[in-house]
Amino acid sequence: MTQDKPRLTIEEVGGVKIVTLSDQRILDELSIAKIGKHLNDLVLQNPKIKIILDFVNVTNMSSSALGMLITLHKRVREAGGELRLCNIQPTIQEVFKITRLDEIFQICVSKGEAIDSVE
Amino acid sequence: MVKKQIIKSDYDRARVVEESIISEAQANGFSDVDVFAIRLALEEALVNAIRHGNRLDPHKKVTVEWCVRNKELEITIEDEGKGFLPNAVPDPTQDENLERPGGRGLMLMKAYMDCVEYNKQGNIVRMCKKLHCCGK
Repeated sequence: MTQDKPRLTIEEVGGVKIVTLSDQRILDELSIAKIGKHLNDLVLQNPKIKIILDFVNVTNMSSSALGMLITLHKRVREAGGELRLCNIQPTIQEVFKITRLDEIFQICVSKGEAIDSVE
Repeated sequence: MVKKQIIKSDYDRARVVEESIISEAQANGFSDVDVFAIRLALEEALVNAIRHGNRLDPHKKVTVEWCVRNKELEITIEDEGKGFLPNAVPDPTQDENLERPGGRGLMLMKAYMDCVEYNKQGNIVRMCKKLHCCGK
């Protein structure tokens, strides 16, 4: 397992936190819990956070990962912030569509589009 | 030939079986799109068996059987839990359930596989995926 590998990288562009998920497969329950905790802490530390999740590396996701994203979405909204998802591969985009979660999340094609939409 | 593995209720062990099945699907010509679907459904079914079925009890086992025949991959997963009623699981795509964090696993299995059937008790799931000549 890759327990010690960072699960995400965070950069800041013009007050917008850009979180790039490092793993190709977001399936493992323990990893998902760790990512969720990290993102939750980020929201708690940054009221009215503007946050972009970049899925450029992600090729597989489970329903547990979707659940983690839904919880994050609620927390960002409650904190008065904004959340965008970007660079989602077509196969995963289909998962969002089938589950109707594309109606919940604001999904942008690229990181640039996501930044423009929150600035 | 039907292959069979009996594993402990452990996600890491489940993932090893998952890779064996994925390798067999790839070797039999399933497309990348189909492999994505099989991996997703397998992941959901195995997590359901370990977490919801066996409730992470390390003394309880999960039995996985699979085979490719007649251009179809068939997978059966059995846990030692009490079972459940698949029809009683709320539809996660209904407006009132959209923001619930859980409850999408079964729905995704049904969406991505060609068949998903449970036994009466609800502790054995059988899933199948047909081999498409040019991808689905």
